[in-house]
Amino acid sequence: MSSHAPDPNVPEPASFAFTEANMAEAAKVIAKYPQGRQRSAVMPLLDLAQRQEGWLSRTAMDYVADMLSLAPIRVYEVATFYTMYRLRPTGKHHIELCTNISCWLRGSDDVKRAAEDVFGVPFGSSNDDVTLEEVECAGACVNAPVVAYKDDYYEDLTYDTAKALFQAMKDGKPLKPGSQIGRQGACPEGGPTTLRGTA
Amino acid sequence: MLQDRDRIFTNLYGFHDPFLKGAQSRGDWDRTKEFLANGQEWIIEQVKESGMRGRGGAGFPTGMKWSFMPKEVGERPHYLVVNADEGEPGTCKDRDIMRFDPHKLVEGCLIGSFAIRAHTCYIYIRGEFYREAEALQRAIDEAYEAGFIGKNACGSGWDFDLYIHRGMGAYICGEETALINSIEGKKGQPRLKPPFPAGVGVFGCPTTVNNVESIAAVPTILRRGASWFADLGRPKNSGTKLFCISGHVNKPCNVEEEMGISLRELIDKHAGGVRGGWDNLLAVIPGGSSVPMLPKSICDSVLMDFDSLREVQSGLGTAAVIVMDKSTDLVRAITRLSKFYTHESCGQCTPCREGTGWMWRVMERMSQGKAAVEEIDMLFDVSKQIEGHTICALGDAAAWPIQGLIRHFRPEMEARLLSGAPQSRAAE
Repeated sequence: MSSHAPDPNVPEPASFAFTEANMAEAAKVIAKYPQGRQRSAVMPLLDLAQRQEGWLSRTAMDYVADMLSLAPIRVYEVATFYTMYRLRPTGKHHIELCTNISCWLRGSDDVKRAAEDVFGVPFGSSNDDVTLEEVECAGACVNAPVVAYKDDYYEDLTYDTAKALFQAMKDGKPLKPGSQIGRQGACPEGGPTTLRGTA
Repeated sequence: MLQDRDRIFTNLYGFHDPFLKGAQSRGDWDRTKEFLANGQEWIIEQVKESGMRGRGGAGFPTGMKWSFMPKEVGERPHYLVVNADEGEPGTCKDRDIMRFDPHKLVEGCLIGSFAIRAHTCYIYIRGEFYREAEALQRAIDEAYEAGFIGKNACGSGWDFDLYIHRGMGAYICGEETALINSIEGKKGQPRLKPPFPAGVGVFGCPTTVNNVESIAAVPTILRRGASWFADLGRPKNSGTKLFCISGHVNKPCNVEEEMGISLRELIDKHAGGVRGGWDNLLAVIPGGSSVPMLPKSICDSVLMDFDSLREVQSGLGTAAVIVMDKSTDLVRAITRLSKFYTHESCGQCTPCREGTGWMWRVMERMSQGKAAVEEIDMLFDVSKQIEGHTICALGDAAAWPIQGLIRHFRPEMEARLLSGAPQSRAAE
């Protein structure tokens, strides 16, 4: 099983509070669930806190616990169970590469190498500039290999296209999410074999 | 081959407008009020008659699942929960429904909820699918705006609310009771059954959990008629299915095909064939990472449906076809899957928590040629100790890929262990 924990060496922020916009969003989230079931909102609220701060500090967890009238441990156990919560700060560029079977079969090792070549750090490591993280199946298997970056997927990568993509990230240039060989969704390359009348 | 007019997901590739106007031009939201007016029993009967088996992996008949819900709503309200926590390696079909044809799902949620007497439905979508959740939310907002859902949905007199709940990266939440716990704001650990969700589900209330593809197919089944769906495919394996073809094929893709299509036809017609030709095929995992692989000799003739694949000791699962050609190091491939299950075990049951890690470490040694031949038997035996001895099927799912490897490729494994080095068939 995977478990992840906060880094005791990272200082906690002195305080945390939702911005006004996030406070309004939080109220909307809590209203999705039946009366007395506000605990259900813990996952979306933690996500909201993480998006606001860039990572999820214990201070923020306590804030969410307080907001939902939960014992703090109820929030900690959720935050440490789900791997998308960042319990320690990530680099400015947080790159998530799927290396599961479909991506591996189509060359995720090459994409890994491209990331190491561009950022100059070993895959799996993290610093203030970049976090190169291995993730489990991203669910875009027919567009493998896949990299996730800032909520978008970059698909159909090769060593060269991945290198260009990572360089553009590093240089702060505009990126084009989706297939990097220009195909539409999960349509076979070169055009569909079905639904041709409507395509 | 299936004709385009019999395809359900006509915007599978997103060539057209995914949202309300485009969806209505594809027939969505047509006669919905009429279906609701026919009553709960009629809808459930139609879905039963269509013979549709759940598209999430287990293949349990959808109509029968719905009929397990209480016929009267007592003190506890009913809920429909849609499982959009798509994470089975190889599978990426629900993603395309949600981003390119979301109204099929939204309409299906209304009809399905009405059928099981639920006024509220939650769609649990995996956290990584952020853009997909945005597209789906837009479709939900449009449906509210148009009066299709919300108070007096479609003018039917039925009030219906639909919400998205995003996961945060846990494969195990694809298991229905783990998913229910996750919606309740808890760790996603599966619950013991019974009680089944139809008795005690989310918030302790009667709940049905269905896959995205199952729910999204329902409106079309009602529009075209149960017999239309039942006549496609083979007996007890009816209808159409989204297949995801990944790995060593020339053109990996998603495609909707008739159930019972031959594996070879599926790969050759839609995915441009196996890389290097059919004879370069080594093995196929036919239904997502959790089902045992099949060697080429079986792939030559096997049909893609629940019962045909069960006969060859594998399964249709999510219909995610992972193709491996002769350059593949199969031991390495299965080791990667073992690592995945180790990572995703929720830690609740000892055989799975300890066993997945144990199997991964042995597989890791085997892939490096650093194990004794006798350990193959031990590995098989341990996998049998894990299978069936856990609360949920993740233990089984971790055991089956290894069992499939040993069943069909034992000589290759032994050769590697005897030579003490990893071998790649492509090396020569």
